[in-house]
Amino acid sequence: MATIKIPTPLRSYTGGNAEVNVSGTTVSAILSDLTTQFPDLRPHLYNGDELRNFVNIFIGDEDVRFRSGLDTEVEPGDKLRIIPSIAGGR
Amino acid sequence: MELVISTELHDRLTHHLENTFPNEGGGFLVGHIKGDTRQVTEVHLVENTFASEEQFHRYLAEAGAFQRIEDEADARGLSLLGYFHSHPDHPAIPSEFDRTHAWPYFAYLIVSVRAGKRAESRLWELAANRESFIEGQLSFNQAVFEEKSNNGNH
Repeated sequence: MATIKIPTPLRSYTGGNAEVNVSGTTVSAILSDLTTQFPDLRPHLYNGDELRNFVNIFIGDEDVRFRSGLDTEVEPGDKLRIIPSIAGGR
Repeated sequence: MELVISTELHDRLTHHLENTFPNEGGGFLVGHIKGDTRQVTEVHLVENTFASEEQFHRYLAEAGAFQRIEDEADARGLSLLGYFHSHPDHPAIPSEFDRTHAWPYFAYLIVSVRAGKRAESRLWELAANRESFIEGQLSFNQAVFEEKSNNGNH
């Protein structure tokens, strides 16, 4: 079991919880478990089957893009975090 | 959604956005939530980290800034309410780029800056289906959360 920190804009979809217990041995499996527990999260994390490019997944302080992306292995007790890229433009 | 902000904090953020003109600028809004009303108690100015040649029409806050400001807000019992950014020489209306990059629940304060001077501030919230923005009410005062503030919660 690992934990994942939910960013403030998505906490209304996790019953107000800032942290959720999740199961899985890869980042992909963790996100699958998360969106199975809280299906309304899915449209805000995925565009179809693709993770939205402004969704950043960290394990500890490291962006998984700098490891193996969604295939990055997750150990029991790991602390994951969803960090949104905040962008805008005219 | 209603966003309540003091004129002092609004002046602070719009002054920053005038300074970043002709490029876009932005930052985060932190404070309290009560029902559908959000009271801004802090404004965090955050550097635009989009590619420099695109900053005239794009704004990006790096992930580390989000992480730090959210952690600090959580630790103090405050909420990250949303973010603000400027539209230089353009209306304070969300663009398609804003919509595709928007997050639910967040207050989106857009400030039109024309010829280097603030022109208009408008508040928006992403619709639940992500297909549009809903305009909210921007109010200027400090009264709504007076009781909470007096209890030392900010």
